[in-house]
Amino acid sequence: MDLGPFLLLATLEGLLQAAVLTLTALGLSLVFGVMRIVNVAHGEFYMLGAVIAWWTASLLSSNPAAGFFLALVISPLLVGAIAYACERLILKRLEYDPEATIVATIGMLYVIQQTVLIAYGPDAHPVEAPFFFRVQFPWFGYSGYNLFVIAAAIALLGLCWYILTKTRLGLIMRATQFDRETAQAFGIPIGKVYGYVFAAGAMLAAIAAVLIVPIRQAHYLMGLDPLLLSFIVVIIGGLGSLRGTVIAALIIGLSDGIISVFFSPTLAKMISTLLVALVLVFKPQGLFGARAR
Amino acid sequence: MSNSIIKPQKGISRRSVLQGMGAAAGTGLALQAMPGFVRYSQAATSEPVKIGLQLHRTGIGASYGRWYERVTAAAVKVINDGGGINGRPVEVIVEDDGTDPKRGAEVVEKFATQHKVDVAYGTLFSHVVIGSAPRAGELKLPYVVVSEGHHVASGKLNRYVFQPGITDVRSQVIAMAPWISKNLGKKVTMIFPDFAFGHDHRDYFSEAIKAQGGQVAGLIAIPPTESSFTRYLPQISSDTEVLYHVMVGPAVLTFVKELGQFFGSSRPQIFGFIDSLEAVDLATPQLEFLEDTYFWEGNPRYAQKDQTEYDKFYREMVGVDANGASTSDQKDISTYSHMFGCWESLFAIKQAMEASGYEGQTPKDKQGFIEAMEAIQKFDEGREHPQGDKIFNGKNHQCYGHQNISKVTGGRLEVVHRTAIEDGLYEVSADYTTMSL
Repeated sequence: MDLGPFLLLATLEGLLQAAVLTLTALGLSLVFGVMRIVNVAHGEFYMLGAVIAWWTASLLSSNPAAGFFLALVISPLLVGAIAYACERLILKRLEYDPEATIVATIGMLYVIQQTVLIAYGPDAHPVEAPFFFRVQFPWFGYSGYNLFVIAAAIALLGLCWYILTKTRLGLIMRATQFDRETAQAFGIPIGKVYGYVFAAGAMLAAIAAVLIVPIRQAHYLMGLDPLLLSFIVVIIGGLGSLRGTVIAALIIGLSDGIISVFFSPTLAKMISTLLVALVLVFKPQGLFGARAR
Repeated sequence: MSNSIIKPQKGISRRSVLQGMGAAAGTGLALQAMPGFVRYSQAATSEPVKIGLQLHRTGIGASYGRWYERVTAAAVKVINDGGGINGRPVEVIVEDDGTDPKRGAEVVEKFATQHKVDVAYGTLFSHVVIGSAPRAGELKLPYVVVSEGHHVASGKLNRYVFQPGITDVRSQVIAMAPWISKNLGKKVTMIFPDFAFGHDHRDYFSEAIKAQGGQVAGLIAIPPTESSFTRYLPQISSDTEVLYHVMVGPAVLTFVKELGQFFGSSRPQIFGFIDSLEAVDLATPQLEFLEDTYFWEGNPRYAQKDQTEYDKFYREMVGVDANGASTSDQKDISTYSHMFGCWESLFAIKQAMEASGYEGQTPKDKQGFIEAMEAIQKFDEGREHPQGDKIFNGKNHQCYGHQNISKVTGGRLEVVHRTAIEDGLYEVSADYTTMSL
C-alpha cells in the first residue's frame, strides 16, 4: 500500500481511538478535577457500560438499531446510578481522603469485575451495529459505523463543553472545583454535586463503551486498556482540564493509530508511556493543567 | 474461585457401591441384566480415580473452557456407565486456571497436594501448558494436555506431560501446506497470535510452504490480548495470493469482521484456522465475506454427509447439534474443532491405566501408567476416538491424526479435503523416555 492510503487508514483508526478515548478520559478528568479523586474503577464503569449495552440490545435483538439506541440511553443511566450509589455508600464515608479513595476504587474495580464475571460470564459477546455499510476507498474498505462513532463523539464533546461552560450546572461544578469551601458558603450542596459528578464521569465512560461495543464486543476484562490510556491522556493533558483532555486524547489517539499502522501497536504504547514520563518530568501539571494552589 | 466436581453418575458413594457389590455377589448374570448399574465389582478398591481438570473457566480461553468442561462430563459419564477405569469410578475435580500461566502452575500444585488427583489433564492455551508443565514434572504428577502447540512434541517439557488427544500444530500445518500451495497459491501472508502457539504456526508453516516452492510474503504477529486489528491489515502486501490467519481469544469475531471490512469482495484467497472462528456463529452479520474461504478443522463442526456413527454418538453425548451449536441453545456455538481432544484424552488415560493395571497413587503405579502410555502406538477410530484413528509416538508423547480442510459453502463448513496421518509426520527428535521417572 502506498504512503497516502496508509496514512489515511492510520488517521481514521487514530480518530476512532481518539474519539472513544476523549469521552472516557473526560469522565476521569472531570471526577479528578471536581472531586480530587483518582478513580481507578473508571475502566470498569466502561466495561459495565458495554455489558449493559449487550444486555439491553439482546432484549431487542430483532431490531439492531432499536437495540443499540435503547442501549445508548439505558446503559449510561444504569451505570450512572451504580456510580452514584458507590459514591454515596463508599467515597462519601471516606470523606474523599486521597489515599483511602484510591484503595476504595481499586476495591470497586475488583468487585465490579468479578460481579460481571459471575452474572455475565467470561465470554465476549458482540452487539450488532445499528447500521452497517462499507465505505470503499480505492485501496481498502472501512466501516461506516466507525465514522459514525467519530461524529457522535464530536457531538457529545460539544454538548459537554456547552454544559460545562455555558450552563448553571457547569458553573456549579466549576465553582466546586475552584474552591470547595467558598462554594459551600454560597449555598452549593457540595455533597450532591460530588455524587452527580462521579455519576457523570462514569456515564461518559459508559457512553464511550456503548459506541465502541459494536466494533469491539463486550468482555469482562475490557476495562483495563481504557483505564491506562485515560490515565495517560489525563496526565498529559492536565488533570481537570477539558481542553487538555481533548487535545491529549487527539495526540495519543492519532499517534497510536499512525504509529500502530506504520510500526507496531506495542511501540505506540511505549511512546505514549514515554510521553507521560516526559510530561511528568518537565511539566508535572500537564500541558494545560493549572498549577496546584 | 470455588472448584467443582464432576462425580460419577447416580451419586454413588462408597457405601452404595459396597452394598451393590454385596447384593450382586455371586450373581454375575444379574449385573448384565440390570442396565445402568455400574459394574465396579472387580475393582480392588471402589475409591474413585481422581482426574484434575485444569480449566480455562475464566480469562481469554473461557469459550473453550465452557466446552472442555461439558465434553469432560460427557466422557466421564460414558466411562462410568461402562464400568469406570479398572472397575473404579472416575471423579473429575475442576480448577480454574484463568487462562493464566502463573495460576496454571498453582492449579497443578493444588491438584497434587490438596486434591491428590491421579492425573491432571485438560488445559489448552500453550502459555498455560508451558507455565504449568515444569511444576507437574517436579511434583511427579502425570499431566495430560489438550493443547495443540508443538511444546510437548518438541521435547521442551518433561516425561510427565502427554498430548494423546490432539495433533500438534507442526503436524497440522505440514499436512496442509501442500494442499494450500496447490489449490490456493504460493505467496502467503500470515497473521498469527504473538505467543508460543502462534510462533509454532509462523515457524513450521513458513518452513512447510517453502518446502512446497512457496514463499512467505509477510508475517504479522498480533498480541493475544489485542481487541482491534484493522491497523495491522495494511501490512498485507498487495501481491499476496493467500492470507493465512489464525487468531485466538475473545476478540476473534472482531478480527474476522474487520478482515471483511478491509477487503470487501476484492480479497486474496483466505485460509484460516478455525481457531479464528471457534465458538463464533458463521451466520453472524458481516461474516458473509467468508463464503468460499477455507478453514482448517480438527473435527468438522457441521455434521458431514459421510458422518460416522462415532461422530453421531459423540455429538449426541456432548449435546451438539448437526450445525455445531449446543442442542439447548442455538446461540451457543461449540469449540467442536478442538474439544474432541478432551474426550479422546480421557479414553487414552483409561487405556493406559487399564494396560498398566493402575491401582493407586504409589510411585510404582504412576511409573506403570507413564510407561503404559508411552507404549501406546495407535488409537483406532471408534466411540473412544470419534475424530478418527491416530498414531501415538511414545518418545515425544504426541499423537498424529487426520486434519480437515473445509470450505465455507452456503454458510456451512463443508470438508473438501482430509489429510492422511502420514502427511503430518515429521522427524521426531525428542525422546522423553530417556528421562528418569
